[in-house]
Amino acid sequence: MSETLCDVGQKHFEPSPLRAALLRLRRDSEYIAIPVLALLVSAAAFSVFLLGVGKSPLEFFELVHRGGFGSAFSLQNTLQRAAPLILTALAVAIPARIGLVIIGGEGALVIGGFASAAVAIPMIDRAAPMLTLMIMAAAGALVGGLWIGLAGLLRHARGVNETISSLLLTYIGIAVMNFFVEGSLRDLTNPNKPSTKPLGDAYMVGKIPGTEVHWGFAVGICIAILLHILMTRTTFGFAARVTGGNPRAAMAQGLPVGKLIVICSMLAGACAGLAGFFEVAAIQGRANASIAAGYGFTGILVSFLARHNPIAIIVVAIMFGGIVASGGLVQRRMDLPDATVLVLQGITFVILLVSETLYGRFAFFRDDEGRDRT
Amino acid sequence: MSDGVIATVLIALLGGAMRVSTPFMFVALGECLTEKSGRVNLGLEGTLVLGAVTAYATSYHSGSPWLGVFAAGCAGASLGAIHGFVCKLPRVNDIAIGIAMMLLGTGIAFFFGKAYIQPTAPRLESLSLGAWTGDAKLATALQINPLLIVGVLIALFMWWAFANTRWGLLIRMSGDSAPAARAMGVSVDLVRFLATAAGGFLAGVGGAFLSLYYPGSWNQGLSSGQGLMAVALVIFARWNPLRCVAAALLFGATGAIGPALQSVGVTQGYYFFNAAPYILTLLILIGSAGSKQATREAPGELSITK
Repeated sequence: MSETLCDVGQKHFEPSPLRAALLRLRRDSEYIAIPVLALLVSAAAFSVFLLGVGKSPLEFFELVHRGGFGSAFSLQNTLQRAAPLILTALAVAIPARIGLVIIGGEGALVIGGFASAAVAIPMIDRAAPMLTLMIMAAAGALVGGLWIGLAGLLRHARGVNETISSLLLTYIGIAVMNFFVEGSLRDLTNPNKPSTKPLGDAYMVGKIPGTEVHWGFAVGICIAILLHILMTRTTFGFAARVTGGNPRAAMAQGLPVGKLIVICSMLAGACAGLAGFFEVAAIQGRANASIAAGYGFTGILVSFLARHNPIAIIVVAIMFGGIVASGGLVQRRMDLPDATVLVLQGITFVILLVSETLYGRFAFFRDDEGRDRT
Repeated sequence: MSDGVIATVLIALLGGAMRVSTPFMFVALGECLTEKSGRVNLGLEGTLVLGAVTAYATSYHSGSPWLGVFAAGCAGASLGAIHGFVCKLPRVNDIAIGIAMMLLGTGIAFFFGKAYIQPTAPRLESLSLGAWTGDAKLATALQINPLLIVGVLIALFMWWAFANTRWGLLIRMSGDSAPAARAMGVSVDLVRFLATAAGGFLAGVGGAFLSLYYPGSWNQGLSSGQGLMAVALVIFARWNPLRCVAAALLFGATGAIGPALQSVGVTQGYYFFNAAPYILTLLILIGSAGSKQATREAPGELSITK
């Protein structure tokens, strides 16, 4: 008797594949709905801030739309700025999967960008442009990788907090670049701003055909997709995620925790270093203080908003690329300081983190599944 | 000749330690208080910058630098209060919130600070303690800001209070074992909230020193990582307020190496010496983070040492 009841139950409550997929979709939509809600609340809070200083929030968002997404020109500008954001956000997301909070992307970007400019100096006008660019990219990624890899290594070997050490390395990286740029590698023909020797047009990264967007954007997307596959579809990614979930369990399973931590940190640093390479070889044409433009810090927020998912990072990076791109227009038209974008980012970041507390609180994302089980 | 040079450098280092160490000291004491209660506030870099601009603006408009110091403390306390309040919500990570507060504090400071880069605000007066030496250089080095003395007194008080007062014990208990504190009927969240807000107040005062005394003006590069280094200092000082003072003085002297060498004409490697405090911090972290002593003396609830 009880068996039949159970069988009936099985038949009745086993959801069809389609229905199961819909249920999963509904459950996963929580991870989109809550960040979107956090974004809306942030926009509201920032509007209150703007009203408080006597500016119109409507005008602000209209200008962000126009300056970031309104025309083909502004959209291309946005994508251009999204490129380093994708890479610096990946520099946060990959270590986050293994349980590290690394915020030194800015430093890896600067030191990577500087390294790529430095290796190019003896090659300009002697080696082929393509070869030079390849070596520059490799140098940027390698030095950036070593930079953040050091933070990972210290974390594993000495228990040094990686958040603090990676940020300290950022200051050190900027100081190292200034040391060389104002000293032995300074281009003396440029009296205005201490810089390395310019690369020259022939040695610059080109634009994606048909657009004004440099190749860094396409490379960023490819790397995001590759890293997504690496982290979700390979043994390495699985081991990294297990370590992130519970390092002790991972160690008990015999996973090479230290190696995983260092490799993930190096991958992160390599991404940020590549971002620095593109800033040097596609935008500035030389290494100077302008490459420390804060992309590394904005990348932290991008990664958190995307919940450290590489694919979501692409979307969020484009959004923030638009906000960064419209910064100049907003400053001029509304007479706001350039720190306005920083305030917006700070407010968004705090509210986003507060929204973490909402997960699991809404019955909507779970009740269907719950009903099926009872 | 070389004796004279060495003396000049040493005096400059001493003076530098006196001048530069105060913000480190206040931020480290604030962080020490917060971490003793079991929470980490990485956002004190933002608090320091916001404190600096608040103090400068208040001093400029009111004409009273001490009112500026108080306003800076209040600004810091409000950032600390936000941090303390938000962190008690479930699933909210104190380290991540610290990063966010760092961005927010810096953003707000830069936003409102733009108008104050040009004007000159009344600065804090210093006390001349070196007149008796009869040496002009030494006398300059011994010009001490009252805030340095206040900081040392606060450190002494905290050191005494952690061991001897009811509140000191409550803070330490919340930091060492939240379940034990709860079992005693203590509201751990409230203790941590107050400790974070008070820690923010101290860090804000440290910012006031930057803008009102040394360097004594406001610009966006005023604090480059000093708040962060102070947070790292607390680990080195092993959560002891008196050691925080000693570590802050050491850091002040390191920060003064570059300018001190410049004063005797060594300009080579200026940027390297700019990096010296950061490198020293990193080395100190490497040396102290994994040590047995640090592990033993760390508050048990602290997420930064786990």
